[in-house]
Amino acid sequence: MNALDTVFTTCREEGRAALMAYLPAGFPDNQASREAMVAVAETGADIIEVGVPYTDPLMDGPVIQDAADRALAAGFRVRDLLGNVEAVAAAGAVPVVMSYWNPILRYGPDAFARDLAAAGGAGMVTPDLIPDEAGQWRAAAESHGLAPIFLVAPSSTDARLAMTTAACRGFVYVASTMGVTGTRTSVGAGARQLVERTRSVTDLPLCVGLGVSTGAQAAEVASFADGVIVGSALVRALGDGLDAGAGLGPLRELTAELAEGVRRS
Amino acid sequence: MTERLGRFGDFGGRFVPEALIAALEELDEARTQAMADPAFTEELARLHRDYTGRPTPLTEVPRFAEHAGGARVFLKREDLTHTGSHKINNVLGQALLTVRMGKRRVIAETGAGQHGVATATAAALMGLDCTVYMGEKDTRRQALNVARMRLLGAEVIPVSHGSATLKDAINEALRDWVTNVEDTHYLLGTVTGPHPFPTMVRDFHRVIGDEAHDQLRAVTGGLPDVVCACVGGGSNAMGIFHRFRDEPSVRLVGFEAGGEGVQTGRHSARFSTGEPGVLHGAATYVLQDEDGQTLDSHSVSAGLDYPSVGPEHAYLRDTGRAEYQPVNDDEAMEAFALLCRTEGILPALESAHALAGALRVGRESAPGTVILVNLSGRGDKDVETAAQWFGLTGDDTTAAGDGELGTRPPEHAPDHPHAPAEGIEA
Repeated sequence: MNALDTVFTTCREEGRAALMAYLPAGFPDNQASREAMVAVAETGADIIEVGVPYTDPLMDGPVIQDAADRALAAGFRVRDLLGNVEAVAAAGAVPVVMSYWNPILRYGPDAFARDLAAAGGAGMVTPDLIPDEAGQWRAAAESHGLAPIFLVAPSSTDARLAMTTAACRGFVYVASTMGVTGTRTSVGAGARQLVERTRSVTDLPLCVGLGVSTGAQAAEVASFADGVIVGSALVRALGDGLDAGAGLGPLRELTAELAEGVRRS
Repeated sequence: MTERLGRFGDFGGRFVPEALIAALEELDEARTQAMADPAFTEELARLHRDYTGRPTPLTEVPRFAEHAGGARVFLKREDLTHTGSHKINNVLGQALLTVRMGKRRVIAETGAGQHGVATATAAALMGLDCTVYMGEKDTRRQALNVARMRLLGAEVIPVSHGSATLKDAINEALRDWVTNVEDTHYLLGTVTGPHPFPTMVRDFHRVIGDEAHDQLRAVTGGLPDVVCACVGGGSNAMGIFHRFRDEPSVRLVGFEAGGEGVQTGRHSARFSTGEPGVLHGAATYVLQDEDGQTLDSHSVSAGLDYPSVGPEHAYLRDTGRAEYQPVNDDEAMEAFALLCRTEGILPALESAHALAGALRVGRESAPGTVILVNLSGRGDKDVETAAQWFGLTGDDTTAAGDGELGTRPPEHAPDHPHAPAEGIEA
């Protein structure tokens, strides 16, 4: 059984949604990014998405673009993320990777799956790889026991919802709105509607991402989804905290607020 | 579920967020229906004739060809279209599709500004809102085109992220599209991106090769021996290559930007040092490091300054049907100057790469070889760059190598030590 199945089962038993935190590996540097991920794991995140900094992140808004630029300027190498995955697993959270496809293609999909599994990773979210193009990755993931996780979007047809969720393992990434990553004042009714549409074609846990930044939003999403994904708000808390000399304090505070949010009934 | 959708061999495909798939499906259906609908194709043909000025002429350039080893050189004059480059062919087609799909807004990326100008033009013509993303570096070196787009009513947004050139403009356009796809069409300007863009854009440009084929036959009675085109994303090249693909006697040669020299690392020669990968929605050759991070490209010409290339070119290259060679900045500039002085035609810097390539191919070929060159655009936008390159700015009237550029050129450049053409003759 994949670690993702276990964590969602536990959350269900506790009557709550899972909290999934996204942070980029290598931001602001390798060591600090690992400490940040451990802090988030210790403060209540169940799953940590280890982001792979990439030069052309077309699904990301300015906060994550800037973080990726800083990580690359600091010399981040794709293999460095394995250290993050190990640190997250040791801290007791479930690590999944989130990567655009070209860095993985270049690494070699099978080699990447092998190394990720060996480091304790549970799966990978692929924002620019749809199941239609993912034959090679799905085979690699399956042979190494990793979960391929694809996105569904408000514009997905019913047929594509069924096809995409059938290709997913672990959970389904439900993109709450049309757009790129970043905080939004309202996550909106669209997310609830898409969760309902997706629920009708799969039994997999459904995790909602794009736009969540506060405990109240986390609580709202937790009322209809199995997991709440937070990225840009945490990346900003990490960057601002370090730049302001406040260390990981703001990151821990926001994580705690979000962890409380997913536990509100 | 079609694993091989929009593929050219192993290249092409759709490597984009799921949120865009519905729009790509809608576009594919719309363009397939439109191309089979006489009302659409007749309207596009009418615009080509009455608005763009098609067919564009085919011009033989004997004085230029004197420097090409005895070859006969013919230029397909896309520089004479309304807006000044081949880009308008594709833009009018996609703008008509935008209206047909009931969308009210177009967005576009632009490098040299030619595609942005063409898009702003079509948007004005058809009453569409228009936003153009342009790398900040390109807005500086192509300031004239920025002003043209704004005069035409478009909003121009400089992109300062990443390398601040064409690739970053495409990233930003894709981000806009994924957010506003419901009422917005992404009017992509070249033969890359997710399916159906590479096929659709090629089909809107095939008029170039279709016309040139018939025009050349009327003059020479046959086919060209070689077809030359510059290749950034590769739309003008696919447009002229397509008609000749199934003519095995015709050699197809694409010229990429060799920048300061492939060995310097400052270039855009994807087929020289790039490797297969994925960028901007397509599997193709990409300038990338060993981690798959995109490398910065370089070229004196903004329109060729792009680290990836259309997937059909990757396929033509790997199958051997077309060949691709780098042309350095200085070779392109020499060819630029040579065409100015020998024929009175000021080419775009992008097209100057194809001209330099034609000179090279001509010198390597038997006398009488017939070379067809796609002169994809005109060089008005590049006057400032060229003036700086040749030292023609300021009040110093002797700056240009004792006025060589301003006077009648030597008949035989190799005999003249100061001729700007020396570099390409050597």
